[in-house]
Amino acid sequence: MPTAIQCRDLRKTYDGKVEAVRGLSLEIQAGECFGLLGPNGAGKTTTIEILEGLLAPTSGEVTILGRTWQKDSRELREWLGISLQETRLSEKLSVRETIELFASFYSQPRSSDEVLKELQLEEKADAWVGKLSGGQRQRLAVATALVGNPKVLFLDEPTTGLDPQSRRQLWDIVRAFQRNGGTVLLTTHYMDEAERLCDRLAIIDHGQVIAEGTPLDLIERLGGHHVVEFEASGESGDGAALEHWQALPGVESVRHDDGLVCLNVREPHLTIPALLEAVQKRGSQLQHLTTRQASLEDVFVRLTGRHLREA
Amino acid sequence: MSVAQQMPVNERGTPLRAVRRNGRWAGYRHLLASRMKEMKREPEVIFWVFGFPLLLALGLGIAFRNKPADVSSIAVVGSEAQSVIGLLEHSPRKASIKADVLDEAAALKGFRVGKYDLVIESDGKGGFKYVYDPARPESVLSRAEVDHALQAAAGRQDALSTVTVVSSEPGSRYIDFLIPGLIGMNVMNAAMWGIGFAIVDMRQRKLLKRFVATPMRRSDFLLALASSRLVLMTVEVGMLLGFGALVFKMQILGSIPTILLIGASGALGFAGLGLLTASRSQKIESVSGLINLVMMPMWIFSGVFFSYERFPAVIQPFIKALPLTALNDALRATILEGATLGAQSGRLLVLALWGGISFVLAVKWFRWT
Repeated sequence: MPTAIQCRDLRKTYDGKVEAVRGLSLEIQAGECFGLLGPNGAGKTTTIEILEGLLAPTSGEVTILGRTWQKDSRELREWLGISLQETRLSEKLSVRETIELFASFYSQPRSSDEVLKELQLEEKADAWVGKLSGGQRQRLAVATALVGNPKVLFLDEPTTGLDPQSRRQLWDIVRAFQRNGGTVLLTTHYMDEAERLCDRLAIIDHGQVIAEGTPLDLIERLGGHHVVEFEASGESGDGAALEHWQALPGVESVRHDDGLVCLNVREPHLTIPALLEAVQKRGSQLQHLTTRQASLEDVFVRLTGRHLREA
Repeated sequence: MSVAQQMPVNERGTPLRAVRRNGRWAGYRHLLASRMKEMKREPEVIFWVFGFPLLLALGLGIAFRNKPADVSSIAVVGSEAQSVIGLLEHSPRKASIKADVLDEAAALKGFRVGKYDLVIESDGKGGFKYVYDPARPESVLSRAEVDHALQAAAGRQDALSTVTVVSSEPGSRYIDFLIPGLIGMNVMNAAMWGIGFAIVDMRQRKLLKRFVATPMRRSDFLLALASSRLVLMTVEVGMLLGFGALVFKMQILGSIPTILLIGASGALGFAGLGLLTASRSQKIESVSGLINLVMMPMWIFSGVFFSYERFPAVIQPFIKALPLTALNDALRATILEGATLGAQSGRLLVLALWGGISFVLAVKWFRWT
């Protein structure tokens, strides 16, 4: 598969001080849905805006569909569909007028009716943008990106602040675009979104890629398959205690999280009996015990020691 | 089923996806149409652009309207009041004198509050005593008028023969001075706000950034903004001129195309200045202050409400270099004196320089994101 988006050693320093992106490299294949996952302030938006040609990198190279922003910006603009993190479109224009306006900028746009239908905005076609709900506004933002008939779609936090139903609607739209051969690059700080929607993703923290791969691969490699969380009375939670839990069979890593001890385990059926025994031996009592599948959240915590939401 | 499979196909079986082809000016046309629609749908814009200048013209026009040939209000007191009234009745100027008979206290009170311009009392020896205030022009006028009327009625003959020609033709009244000034001010306000505010608003909403993320030509965007100003300018100028002609019987001596061309130079000049003030501001609050700062000296100095000739000679060159001064002078010369476009080249040059230099600097400093 040919490469759709490639960047090498991107760096962006604001005002000569703040380093938002520090040496970031990515390679995204055509037809792929690629996610940049990371907490707020990790450098996701700076990265995606450099790739979109809206920000100049301090150093590094960007190639999109074999072209560069320096030489072929006009052509690239025709090929890319972009939805920024927060664009407040004109409130006093109707949905159809807004889509028509954006369509007029492209040399060969799609028909507005088709896009309206695809994004389930037909009923709202003549409503003013100011009257739309959050989910409808976000779909309209994506519609303005799709109406140019792009080859690559850039979405910066497309579902932030949306209700679950609106999020799923947007995921369906992204999948439909991808099925038709489109390439998608999106940023998100929702791990479930990254997990369900993206073929591959890069976890970003402090302007650098700290892990990259398919969601499943990342979870297996870094999250452990299962997570066992428990709380026991009289457990101090210091380093010595952690070492003690680490020694249990099948435990890959241990950490403290909000008063709970979290064990990343490969085989819970081996670990849990041993854990019960150990708790009893130490004379304490279990106050809480759960097991669950590992998620990207666990990957992130494992890598950074912080949660995505609090990072 | 994928979206592609649901899509209509043409005879050759290829999906009808990119069937539309946009011409070179599609973007410009849509940007202009959108801008006009947005403004039309904003009631405040309609008021500030159209309602406010008309109200201003109406209010000032009424307040400073020329009163019908000054009528002197006088109070006549004393026992021989009726003989004074009788004399005035026989005067050829009786139409311009309104006399009331009162007791002395009431007359002096009325005089103090400005109800009467003059108080007359018989001195009991066949003559009269005038009470008047030399600091009040209408009082001075009244005294002269009444004295003349009484003397004439008593049989005084004029030693010289004089002829007076009445000159209160439309064209020399305050409203005639005011309307072109209001047109100029309105062209300035609308262009500065219409461009400056609109751009910063779009920048703040990240709409500018969203636009430059498409293949939109940046020149089309600026051209559409300027065009929307020209369209509105035509309506504004036409409306104020029509208003002056209909309500205040103002005479328009210059040709309408010339007036509109001057209006267009003004609108474009101030559009450039508006673009410059908005070239970097990220917030509406900061650009609002900046726009007011730029416009304020012109409200005062550029002869909108009163002639700038009243300012000291030292600052006249500075005043004449202001774009609004050039615009107002050009509008007055054309509307009131019928001057041609060619006769105004200096003023048009001032406008072109302001607009041109601002535009070049604005484009150089402009921040799309």
